[in-house]
Amino acid sequence: MAKKTESFANSLDRFNRVRPGTNVVFSAIFIFLALLCVIPALFVVIISFSDESSIAEYGYQFIPKALSLSAYEFLWDSRAKMFSAIGVSILVTVVGTVLGIYLTATMGYIFSRQTYKLKKFVTYFIFIPMIFSGGLIASYYINVNALNLKDSLWVLILPLAVSPFNIVICRTFFQTTIPDSIIESAKIDGASQMRIFYRIVLPVSLPVLATIGIFLAFGYWNDWFQSLMYIETKSKLSLQALLMQIDKNIEFMAANAEQMGVSQLELISRMPKESYRMAICAVVIVPITMVYPFFQRYFISGLTIGAVKG
Amino acid sequence: MAKEERTKRKRKWSRDDTELTLLGLPTYIWFICFSYLPMFGIIIAFKKLTFKQGHGFIYNLFTSEWCGLDNFQFLFKSSDAFIILRNTILYNVVFICLGLVIPVTLAILMSQLYNRKLAKICQTCMFLPHFMSYVVVSYFVWAFLSYDKGFVNNLLLSMGSDPKQWYMEPAYWPFLVVFINTWKGLGYGMVVYLATITGIDSTYYEAAIIDGATKWQQSRYITLPMLRPIIAIMFIMSIGGIFRSDFGLFYQVPRNSPSLYNVVTTLDVYIYNALGQSTNVGMASAAAFMQSALGCIFLLVANTVVKRIDSDAGLI
Repeated sequence: MAKKTESFANSLDRFNRVRPGTNVVFSAIFIFLALLCVIPALFVVIISFSDESSIAEYGYQFIPKALSLSAYEFLWDSRAKMFSAIGVSILVTVVGTVLGIYLTATMGYIFSRQTYKLKKFVTYFIFIPMIFSGGLIASYYINVNALNLKDSLWVLILPLAVSPFNIVICRTFFQTTIPDSIIESAKIDGASQMRIFYRIVLPVSLPVLATIGIFLAFGYWNDWFQSLMYIETKSKLSLQALLMQIDKNIEFMAANAEQMGVSQLELISRMPKESYRMAICAVVIVPITMVYPFFQRYFISGLTIGAVKG
Repeated sequence: MAKEERTKRKRKWSRDDTELTLLGLPTYIWFICFSYLPMFGIIIAFKKLTFKQGHGFIYNLFTSEWCGLDNFQFLFKSSDAFIILRNTILYNVVFICLGLVIPVTLAILMSQLYNRKLAKICQTCMFLPHFMSYVVVSYFVWAFLSYDKGFVNNLLLSMGSDPKQWYMEPAYWPFLVVFINTWKGLGYGMVVYLATITGIDSTYYEAAIIDGATKWQQSRYITLPMLRPIIAIMFIMSIGGIFRSDFGLFYQVPRNSPSLYNVVTTLDVYIYNALGQSTNVGMASAAAFMQSALGCIFLLVANTVVKRIDSDAGLI
């Protein structure tokens, strides 16, 4: 019987299709758009493997005349800088994601409790920042002067940890998937709210925590704005910030080559400038490109939960 | 007796409430530090900020004299104000229109593909730009538009045309900016609408087929109306951000090129640049205040208008 209805749905589906010609046109449109979205990333990776002299002669090419690993060799030679940037990026991403999940989940939980006395207050407390904000200048002065965060790694982590949007996603999840009766019965058994949250709510909420964690992790990995605003020490630059400043660094090194020691001068002269910066760019994008197709599912579920109005 | 009356009027504060408040305390503190304190910082916009040596910023802020709306007057008198506001608003209007029309159309088209696997692969590929930061995107653009090495100029040369100084030609940038923004948001927007489309009850379509509705009619009279609430939410949200712009798109991608100043300077870029020069801080925070306050008003108005048209839709 089940099979029969299924085949009915299938045949209906087939009956209701667009015409084959239209399908070909639609497919062509999407293949074109997909290539349009992927090719720039691929192009950057190809350039990073191109030989510097062939770039100088023919410019950036999709099929380079000569391949070379010199950009990556150079990257390896100056690896101290690179590793410190990777370290900062990973540290910020991991700490920020964990902290962000914790802050979001706790607020989402108390927001989902219908009996909470401050529920109405929490609603306003969360929605006001959603539509009104102090703006860049005020945040800058508060972060630098009142919270004393200038040039500290915390400034890369804290301001991005919580977003009202994520809290709403969490709350919706808690409200729809955790029955009140479980929490009530735990309360009757004498469990405190902390215990209920850690022992009952968190373990069954892994899907939504994963969704929020992924939003946060990509946000932290891709952030450069905080570094641009607040970070001055070179060793605290993240990968994105390093990429942002690399042009300045290359120009600076080239301009000051005469004042530097001979070894530095040599280093500069054999530096594959064009492919080098694209190689750093590749180091930033390759991990994301590898990882995001697997997490896409969580992204989509997060977007659809979040779209439920509060 | 008195106790009974009180519980009848209002439930008392219980241990439960204390525990929940304690659980949420770190997040409460976070909101106060990073959302509410900056809101009070807005008073900079109404003050003539003077820095006295040996005192902290907070002291300076409170001792600086009030100047009413002077900062706003200066802002509007400055020659750039018109260009900046025009850029911000015009770009956003175009972004909002394209951001609604293109993803909705593509989502409907994609839901019609025969080959589900192809659809899935294309969707994943189109999602890629969403995960790229604007610093990375600026490198993508550079690879294509660089004067001596860029792919586009190579192509122009091989076709016998003259190469162009892309980063110095303001005429092309409005289109480029719109293109890049659309390109980056395509996958995200499409996914939002596609998820809604796949969630539509198939019996609607079955009934429509029995009545002999064409594909076009099904999209027009079933899919679009079902998408209306989510379209309304996306619309209201983007109206609220009409004075905001993606700083990365307007600052990183054009590489801060001076000859593009008139076509890519938006409020956010202006505010960021003003931070570097302390003389303009008052004006910039006036701009930031306007951005927030007007954005908030626009959002509420858009919400009311949408609700008047369709009482079920709306954000709040």
